Amino acid sequence: MPAFLFLTLITAVRVLSRNRLRAGLTMLGIVIGVGAVIAMVSIGEGAKAAVQAQVASMGTNVIIVLPGSTTVGGVRGGQGGAITLNVSDALEMKKRIPLLQETGWAKRDVMQIVNGNKNWNGSVNGISPSYLTIRDWSFTSGGPFIQADLDAAARVALVGQTVAENLFDPGEEPVGSVIRIKNVPFRVIGVLAPKGQSAQGSDQDDVIFIPFSTAERKVFGTQFIGSVGALFAATDRQEDLVAAVDQIREFLRARHRLQVEQGDDFTIRTQVDIGKVQEGTSQTLTVMLLSIAAVSLLVGGIGIMNILLVSVTERTREIGVRMAVGAKRRHILAQFLIEAMTLSVVGGTLGIVIGVMGARLTTVITGWPTIISGDTVIAAFLFSLAVGLFFGLYPAQKASRLNPIDALRYE
Amino acid sequence: MDSENGQAVSLIQCEDLWKVYRLGDVEVQALRGLNLSIEQGEFIAIMGSSGSGKSTLMNVLGCLDQPTAGQYRLNGIDVAALQADALAEIRNRQIGFVFQNFNLIPRTSALENAQLPLFYRGLPLREQRVLAAAALERVGLKGREQHYPTQLSGGQQQRVAIARALVTTPSLLLADEPTGNLDTESSRDIMAILDRLNKDEGITVILVTHEPDIAAYAAREIVIKDGQVLTDRRTKPIPPSSLVER
Repeated sequence: MPAFLFLTLITAVRVLSRNRLRAGLTMLGIVIGVGAVIAMVSIGEGAKAAVQAQVASMGTNVIIVLPGSTTVGGVRGGQGGAITLNVSDALEMKKRIPLLQETGWAKRDVMQIVNGNKNWNGSVNGISPSYLTIRDWSFTSGGPFIQADLDAAARVALVGQTVAENLFDPGEEPVGSVIRIKNVPFRVIGVLAPKGQSAQGSDQDDVIFIPFSTAERKVFGTQFIGSVGALFAATDRQEDLVAAVDQIREFLRARHRLQVEQGDDFTIRTQVDIGKVQEGTSQTLTVMLLSIAAVSLLVGGIGIMNILLVSVTERTREIGVRMAVGAKRRHILAQFLIEAMTLSVVGGTLGIVIGVMGARLTTVITGWPTIISGDTVIAAFLFSLAVGLFFGLYPAQKASRLNPIDALRYE
Repeated sequence: MDSENGQAVSLIQCEDLWKVYRLGDVEVQALRGLNLSIEQGEFIAIMGSSGSGKSTLMNVLGCLDQPTAGQYRLNGIDVAALQADALAEIRNRQIGFVFQNFNLIPRTSALENAQLPLFYRGLPLREQRVLAAAALERVGLKGREQHYPTQLSGGQQQRVAIARALVTTPSLLLADEPTGNLDTESSRDIMAILDRLNKDEGITVILVTHEPDIAAYAAREIVIKDGQVLTDRRTKPIPPSSLVER
C-alpha cells in the first residue's frame, strides 16, 4: 500500500504539473486563505504579547490593596476615599502571610514640581523602599533611597522619565540637582528607567517618588499618620497569586474586625485581572479575522472541488481503463483525493510562506509586533490538508462510482 | 480446477445468459438466453453485425458488466454474484483487455502503462518494473520503455496495450477489434503476436472482429445474432497446446 500511495502521489503531481496555470489558479484561493490566516494570527499574537508585556511591566505577581469607600450621611465617596489601610497592615501582612515575598505601601497626590524656571504638574508618590522592588523599577542613573532615608524623612526624590524630560534640559543630569515640591527642596538621587504605558493607557513614567515618611510629614500634611493610599504585595511565583489574595482578604477582615455580614472595607486587585480584559479584546479581534480567513479557505476549497470535477470528466476514459485493468473503487477514490490534497497542501505551503513574509513586512512597515508561532503554521497546514480532503471527497467519489463500461465508452 | 464429479471445468461456461437494458422507455434485450462454453487455450473469433449483442457479450465475459439473468462461470466461479471490487480483482488477475483504440493512459510512458495492472495488484515497484519490461520485450518493444504513447505508432501503441494485458499472465485475453484502427501491416503484426501468445503460451484469446481475414487467425468462429449464438464452428483443428494440462 505505501508503494501505491507514493506512486499515486507522483501521478497526481504529474497530472497537476501538466496544467500549471490551472493548478496555480485553483490553489490561489487556498494560498490567499492560508496566507491571510498566518498574517492575521501573527499580528494578533504580536498584539497579545505586547499587552502581556505591559501587564508584566507592572509585575504579574503584584497584588494591590485599595482602601474602601467612605459613607458620610449616605453620600458614598469614591474608591480609596477611606483611610482603612495603614503602614502597620502592610508590615503585619508580611509577617503573617508566608506566601508574600514583600509588601510595600504608597500614597500619592498631584503636585506642582519646580526646577529653576521649569515646572511640571506630576504625580508625587510617598513610598516604602520595598515598593520599588515590588513594581520592579530600575534606574537609568543614580539609585533608590533606603530605609535610613525613610527613618530620617530625608528630602530625596526619584524622578520618572516623563518628569525628568519636562523638568530638565536635554543632556542635563537630573541626579544631584535640587527640585522643589510644594516649596520643599528635594535632592534628586535617581532617574527611573521608562516603563511606558500601563494596560489602562496611563503614562507610568509620569511619576516622582519620595520616602513615605517625608511625604506625610513635609509634603502632604496627612491628618492620620500611617494611613496609606494603597498597599502592595508581591508573591514569589505567579501561581501563588490567587491563594495570596484569599489570605490577604482573610487577614485584613480579621484585623479590621469585620463581621460576617459586613462587606470588605478594601478592594484587592491583581494585574492578571487587568490583563484578562485586554486579552479578551484581542481574542474577539482574532476570532473575527479568522472567520474572514475561513471564508476565503472555503472559497478556495470550492475552487478545488470545481477543478476536480472538471478533471474527473476529462479523464473518464482513463478511469475506465484503470478500472478495466483492475483498479478498485478505493484506488480511484485515493487517486483523486490525493490530487485534491496535493493541490491544497501545495497551496497551503505557499500560503504559509506568503503569510510569514506578510507578517514580517507588516512589522517592517508599521512597526507592529508580529509573532509567528509553530502551532499556527502547523494548524494552517493541517487545515489546508483537511480542506483538500473535504472538497476532494465528492469528485473522488463520483469518479470511483463510475461504471467501467460507461467510462470506457465516454467520448 | 476440477468440479465435484471430477471433470475438468471449462474456462468459460455461459448458461441461458440474459442482459436487458432500459434506454428511457425502451427495453433492449442485448443477450437473450445465450449459451456458450470455451475451453482453456482456445483461439476464438466472435463475429456479428452491430447491435447483435457481441459487445455486451464481451463486456460480460470481461467482467466489466454482469448479466441480468443466467449464469456465467469463469474458471468455475459464478461471476454474477460478485461485488464491484471482487470483479476488479478478477479483471486484474485473470483477464487482459486489448481495445480497438488502444486506451493507453496519455502522457505516461510505455513502461508505466504496462505496469498499471501490477500497480493495482500492489506489487513492489521494482517487481512491477521488471515484469512490465519483460512484457514489453515479448511484444517487441524493448528499448521503447520510456516512450510516450504520442511518440509511438498505432501498431506500437497496440503492442503496449497487449503488454499491459499480458503482464499479469492472465488466463483470458479479450481483444475487441484490436486491428480496427491499424493499417494492414500493423494488423498482421498484432495478429501474429496474439497467435503466438495462444500457441506458445496457451493463453485463451477471444477476438471480436468483423473482418474475415482477421477472424481467420482463430480456430473457432462464433457468430452472434439477436443476442444468441447463430453459428459456432471450428475452423482449425484443436491445437495440441490446449490439450496439455497447464
